[in-house]
Amino acid sequence: MSTSVSKDPTPNGQQPVHTPAALIAFAWTLVGVPLAYGLYQTIKTASTLFTG
Amino acid sequence: MALPGFLRRERIVARPGFNRWLIPPAALAVHLCIGQAYATSVYKAALVEDFGTSQTAIGIVFSIAIVMLGLSAALFGTWVDRNGPRAAMFTSACFWVSGFLVGGLGIETGQLWLLYLGYGVLGGIGLGIGYISPVSTLIKWFPDRPGLATGMAIMGFGGGALIASPLSRQLMSYYDPAYDGTAGTVPNGDAVAALFFTLGAVYLVFMMFGAFIVRVPAEGWRPDGFDPSTVKQKALVTTESVSAKNAVKTPQFWLLWTVLFCNVTAGIGILEQASPMIQDFFRTGDSSTVAATAAAGFVGVLSLFNMAGRFAWSTTSDFIGRKPIYMVYLGGGLVLYVLLATVGSSATWLFVLLAAVIISFYGGGFATIPAYLRDLFGTYQVGAIHGRLLTAWSAAGVAGPLIVNSVLDTQGEPGSLVAANYRPALFIMVGLLAVGFVANLLVRPVASKWHEPHSDAATTPTPARSAAR
Repeated sequence: MSTSVSKDPTPNGQQPVHTPAALIAFAWTLVGVPLAYGLYQTIKTASTLFTG
Repeated sequence: MALPGFLRRERIVARPGFNRWLIPPAALAVHLCIGQAYATSVYKAALVEDFGTSQTAIGIVFSIAIVMLGLSAALFGTWVDRNGPRAAMFTSACFWVSGFLVGGLGIETGQLWLLYLGYGVLGGIGLGIGYISPVSTLIKWFPDRPGLATGMAIMGFGGGALIASPLSRQLMSYYDPAYDGTAGTVPNGDAVAALFFTLGAVYLVFMMFGAFIVRVPAEGWRPDGFDPSTVKQKALVTTESVSAKNAVKTPQFWLLWTVLFCNVTAGIGILEQASPMIQDFFRTGDSSTVAATAAAGFVGVLSLFNMAGRFAWSTTSDFIGRKPIYMVYLGGGLVLYVLLATVGSSATWLFVLLAAVIISFYGGGFATIPAYLRDLFGTYQVGAIHGRLLTAWSAAGVAGPLIVNSVLDTQGEPGSLVAANYRPALFIMVGLLAVGFVANLLVRPVASKWHEPHSDAATTPTPARSAAR
């Protein structure tokens, strides 16, 4: 997940940006938490196949 | 109609140094929301009771949504490719959320047509645009691992149902304390309407988040260490471009349409009947050795394999190739279906194992198709081509349940069926998978007459792109 960042502007004049690691972590958490909730609930339901 | 400035493609071109790992959560934010479409069974009984109508009348809501998904993906695919993922995600969110609001209003006022219009038509359009919105962007950000990238997003569609089912039960029991989520209790209509309004609000926030963090790579961008010339060396993988208009004129498009149709129809055959099917397979007389709660657990197992298959198989396709992986889905699925029909009733664990792997192939088929399209037609209008191909899903959504239900209707009454009664339907699915297997075998590289002409602007890579891995 490393990012190549140069401090020099590119030939077309654009300044490079550095995507904040916190933003990436926040974005993954925002989608990861509901997914983990759904997985947990589904595994709990699925376990009744073997226990119920 | 001109788009507002903040939605335009040129406003979301990533600057050098942008980290591409921000794109999968943007895609997931959309797919996790629209995946709710597979959780409609949670409130189906409540709607039947509230509207005082039949199962079929309520089931049509889902059918309309899936048909609209295919139609809108086909019709708006080119628009999505032209205007970029932010405009597409934003539009999808507006339609999807409007669908919940109008549908909720229909439930609240007892007008079924509003539910059809809201969740079915508006929501279905949101589904179609949302489903294809991040796909071509992901393929462009991950030219080295397109299967992994699209697998992540389309896994989210499977994951959306895993979230929406328990969340809906909990919300409905909150809005209607008399409902506790167990079998036999049904929430009232007001609780379902409140659920629709709540889901609409939550989905609006999530999808807009995805829309505002998504970016497209600059022209000529490529990841560090990725050499496009290695792509050329793989069989069936092109570096040429084919337009959506031309793609539908090629045999390859229709062969893949057949592949997707057969794979999805066969999967729906099990998914549609999962709960009664496992009970019927282990029925002796009037009772089954598989209890209703265990049957619900079986549905949960299938959901997990459906989701996991989307990610795992699609990622695997990056290593073994798209054509071979579809030989596994269709050929392997065919063998597993034969085993299910012949020895599936000998042990519960065997039945569950066979069905779970079949469903993982079903999910894998969905997730791998965008990468297969990229291989054959290039990235130029892959979103639009994918949109047109999704009409196969709509057709399968009608054909799958129709085949299974009409065959089972000839076999006896629900509650009295046994494993043998399922064999004709299962062998029809075997036949379909055989057709899909042959269609996949016939796939060859697209003839050069369909390739877009080269221009200097299109072929000259922009220098000194920075890359993010």
